[in-house]
Amino acid sequence: MSRSRSAVEARWTNAAPVFAALGDTTRLRVVARLCFDGPQSITRLSEGARVTRQAITKHLHALADAGLVRDRRHGRERIWELEPGALAIPRRCLDQISEQWDAVIGRLKAFVEE
Amino acid sequence: MSEADTDRIEKKIVLRAPRSRVWRALTNAGEFGAWFRVKLEGEFKEGAAIHGKITHPGYEHLTMELQVERIEAEDYFAYRWHPYAVDPTFDYSVEPTTLVEFRLEETDDGTLLTIVESGFDQIPVERRAQAFRMDDQGWAEQTRNIERHVSQP
Repeated sequence: MSRSRSAVEARWTNAAPVFAALGDTTRLRVVARLCFDGPQSITRLSEGARVTRQAITKHLHALADAGLVRDRRHGRERIWELEPGALAIPRRCLDQISEQWDAVIGRLKAFVEE
Repeated sequence: MSEADTDRIEKKIVLRAPRSRVWRALTNAGEFGAWFRVKLEGEFKEGAAIHGKITHPGYEHLTMELQVERIEAEDYFAYRWHPYAVDPTFDYSVEPTTLVEFRLEETDDGTLLTIVESGFDQIPVERRAQAFRMDDQGWAEQTRNIERHVSQP
């Protein structure tokens, strides 16, 4: 098995905006709520949040820029939802842990075979 | 990708070493720490917790804690832990754990090791996403580790 370093690096580089967007506790909570409770308005997303509605709006736009959420008009309201691709987050986390295991196994192999 | 894929990771590898050697590397806390890069205090005991400082460069500020589930001589070793436990100020103890299982089988050219980590579907999405909060240096280091590993014959 061989994989070029550039391919590995390119994958993480392309994912950088996603990591950056998720690198904030409030935005993570917004993503989690859209994930568990489904599409909803800013009003509902702001309920129980420790930040203002304006702040939530700003965070939603940051998440949208990273391709994680999108909005659609529903009557007089805007409804926010996860981009279907954003559901790949758990898979990507698993890929990352999987790669860490590969590194650990590589060290175990060297350790017992020496 | 099926739904089930998000709950577990499975790895299989043939190690060119006797089963007893691999078993010792897995279940002797000192040896485990050498390749896993953690300085564990004490020994592995069924039903007991064990913890220690991570020695992996860049992660020395973190402590790892394992809850040993089962030890079946030269056959099966399992523990539970908190994945993505990357924030030293956060108390992860109330959160669900994943189960890590090691199984050994003898083969013609050594020992077949199967590693399964499962239970990821129970981990909160917030915690999963936190795995991405590693800094650039962490990612670069990880990429180098992977590259080193995959370029081995």
